[in-house]
Amino acid sequence: MGVIVASALIAVILMFTGIIARKSKVVRMVAVAGMVVLLGIAFYDLQISSAEGLKRFNNMLVFNTYGAWFNFLIIACGLMYFLLFNKQIADVGKNDAEYFALMFFIMTGIFMLSAYNHLLILFLGIEILSIPQYILAGSDKENLKSNEASLKYFLMGAFSTGILLMGITLIYGSAGSFDIQSISQVLQDDLSALPIIGVLMILIAFGFKVSAAPMHWWTADVYDGTPTAITPYMATIVKVGAFVGFIRLFHFAFGSFSASWSTALAAIIVVTLLIGNVTAVYQQSVKRMMAYSSIAQAGFMLFAVYAVNDIAEKSIIYYAVAYTLASLGVFAAIIRRDDYSFDGFKGLGKSNPVLAGTTTVCLLSLAGIPITSGFFAKYFVLRAAMEAGTPIWLIVFAVLMAAISVYYYFRVIRAMYFEDGPDESVEPLSSTEKLFLVVNAAIVVLAGCFPSLILH
Amino acid sequence: MILVLLILLPLLGGIASLVLKGKNSWYIGIIVSIAVILLSLLGYQEISGEGSNGFFDFQQQWIPEIGAQFSLSMNNIGFLMCVMTGIVFLLNFLALENKIPERASRFFGLSLLAMSGLLGVFLAKDALLFYIFWELALIPVYFLCSMYGGENRVKASFKFFIYTFIGSLLMLVAILYIHQASNVHSFAWADFVEAGSMLPQSTQCWLFAGFFIAFAIKMPIFPFHTWQPDTYEQSATPVTVILSAVMVKMGLFAVLVWLLPVLDAGAICWSNWVLLLCVISIIYASLMALVQTNIKRLAAYSSVAHIGLMCAAIFSYTTIGREGAMLQMFNHGINILGMWLLVHIIEHRLGTQDMRKMGGLAKTAPVFAIALVLISLANIALPLTNSFAPEFMMLNGLFNSESQFAIYFAIFAGLAVILGAIYTLNMIQRVALGPESEASAQFADLSWNERIALFAIMAIILVLGFCPGLLINLLKLGA
Repeated sequence: MGVIVASALIAVILMFTGIIARKSKVVRMVAVAGMVVLLGIAFYDLQISSAEGLKRFNNMLVFNTYGAWFNFLIIACGLMYFLLFNKQIADVGKNDAEYFALMFFIMTGIFMLSAYNHLLILFLGIEILSIPQYILAGSDKENLKSNEASLKYFLMGAFSTGILLMGITLIYGSAGSFDIQSISQVLQDDLSALPIIGVLMILIAFGFKVSAAPMHWWTADVYDGTPTAITPYMATIVKVGAFVGFIRLFHFAFGSFSASWSTALAAIIVVTLLIGNVTAVYQQSVKRMMAYSSIAQAGFMLFAVYAVNDIAEKSIIYYAVAYTLASLGVFAAIIRRDDYSFDGFKGLGKSNPVLAGTTTVCLLSLAGIPITSGFFAKYFVLRAAMEAGTPIWLIVFAVLMAAISVYYYFRVIRAMYFEDGPDESVEPLSSTEKLFLVVNAAIVVLAGCFPSLILH
Repeated sequence: MILVLLILLPLLGGIASLVLKGKNSWYIGIIVSIAVILLSLLGYQEISGEGSNGFFDFQQQWIPEIGAQFSLSMNNIGFLMCVMTGIVFLLNFLALENKIPERASRFFGLSLLAMSGLLGVFLAKDALLFYIFWELALIPVYFLCSMYGGENRVKASFKFFIYTFIGSLLMLVAILYIHQASNVHSFAWADFVEAGSMLPQSTQCWLFAGFFIAFAIKMPIFPFHTWQPDTYEQSATPVTVILSAVMVKMGLFAVLVWLLPVLDAGAICWSNWVLLLCVISIIYASLMALVQTNIKRLAAYSSVAHIGLMCAAIFSYTTIGREGAMLQMFNHGINILGMWLLVHIIEHRLGTQDMRKMGGLAKTAPVFAIALVLISLANIALPLTNSFAPEFMMLNGLFNSESQFAIYFAIFAGLAVILGAIYTLNMIQRVALGPESEASAQFADLSWNERIALFAIMAIILVLGFCPGLLINLLKLGA
């Protein structure tokens, strides 16, 4: 409960900070401090939470340990994002305080998605999560690409929200309730075409939010057009936040009749993995490659939705953290290059060994190589899928797709280490930047060696 | 604790080398390799001591949620592999003293990291841990291959990486499946053996394929070998040493320790096919070796042929064949190390890998030539060299195997010995004998460090050639 209030409050405070403090340095400090405070509150929430959960507002919100632990970790990831990118976020445009404020509002949406017990709260959460993103995508107002991204994202997002609402309506019509437990009980016994259509519509709507194929068309353009400082937030924290809402709904409300939607989801997984990985191979820009890689990674995370069991719910948290930190590390390298193409990374191993080293660790993690956390992330979701009785060909297909992903992630590594770049004078990193990059990479490895730390 | 140190020392040494500058990393490399040999010998004390069953264990809780443990164990074959790894790295580093590669700290650091992963593979007694070490050994080697070597190294080593990575992913699926099928949901070796034997044969058959492809790519066995000659040729020879002396043994070791005990029934339904592939490997690689003019490619193909024979002997299902293969895993590591050291000396001094440009080295560098001849003879398993006894045992095992085609397999595998003699003697002739080429007139004989390394190898070859019983008795431990 605390985090929802606190994040909204901090966002408001930040907006006022923008008026009072003229210096962007102050705003940045307030933003980072806000995230630290939020982390503390999340920790407190975690301490008082129980497995049963605290029920608030007529049982519309339920705060349990699972949600609190997710909140805590996602705020920690958000803090890492602020530490790595705060300067670049502030440099996007003039209204730096607002960018940070919008990000805190998005956090509010995520916290609602990790605690909702009522479909209306789900809808509210999704909207609070989405609308600030439309603004953030267009925050580089002078840039035509950023405007295009914003508009495209808004249109597609609004469209998918409509579908979500329609799905919720159909579910309400057949179950007679918005409450997750009631839906689960009512629909378990009596399953007609109406709720199934509703579930499929919600599936499609969530597919849009987490950029699962074939609802992924907006992803590459939006991620590419959005200012590079903002893209990592959208691609990681927001996406995994949507995933938690996704898994909560499909496991606790629709889990009791999973047979009726699992085939459709399996088809989505196959298409997502295929399109994400194969298209990423053909990209010339690392930023666009990361956009397609985020689609491919979503394909893996969908396995956790597909497998209705305990392990899946745990694994999505682990995957969320592993994927977020690794992606942040790669984006931290992208934003420090002028040229986003693979050629722009040539010779980075020589000119900037620390940045190249941390980026390599993060890329290895995204590719799922042990001892980075990316390995266990993939391991746990596949394990969950196997436990749920997923056909073995689907698992084999997924690991073959992971093998394809090695190709494009290693292209960056090859460019950095094995190809000579122009001897341009790269702006050296400050020691704090280096420190945070190394800490980020160290967490990626540490979580990969001792996954119990995150599995809780 | 000894077992943990065995893995930890190279790991820490590797990290230290990466940070340190200059020749310090060379010293670290030497010290760590010596320490590894000594620690392995200490491990031998434990497994051969009174009251031990031929095992020496270390266990620590790791990820209780999924039943994965940090459990290491050394048995006779693991011991042999660890000692071999230590010797190979030590002599490889020693021979590099007068030709230290560029950016030495990176080279030695990555080598030591690879060593850590390799030792982990040989010691792991937990399937997940085994898989992790399996991958962990690959990454530093990939970087080494891509950073040091010929023009096409980046492409060749990437091919190598993708090949082996696909193989390991299939293995991962199989591991996951067995873990899922086991009642206790544990990765421990003993539980795997139990869970594997409970599975119906049809399931075991496809699981076997998942494992075997991973191992066959690593060894490599025809038709999964296509990465190998390119990678061996393109990577710098000190890196090739790691690949061909130690890394390929991972595949054989895994078949012996993980595949056959766990999926016994699955192995039986494929064993004729595996034997066939091995024999094709042997013949094909020997024929390819005959026509090579590049000395590194020749050594690469000869290595494929040798590995093929070892794999065939393992699948012969006879004790003598398997023991021969285990011995040969050790001996081949030593012999091929000697071969690569000589090749590296040649290519370093002559600047070419083309055998047509060599010749007459016996006159200008007699010590070198003696080493070349002795090591080559060991490579073709001449009596009184170390590989004679194992090769005899392997062919014997193959001949006596239960397969209905045993006699044909044995005959064709035996042909390889003859072919091996042809291409090896041919190589000696081209390199050491004949008229001196322009370049070889300037050829300096072995320096002190090269002498120590090669004499050590020759000593091992001769000692084990005269008393093969030393190692054979070791294999009886715990049996």
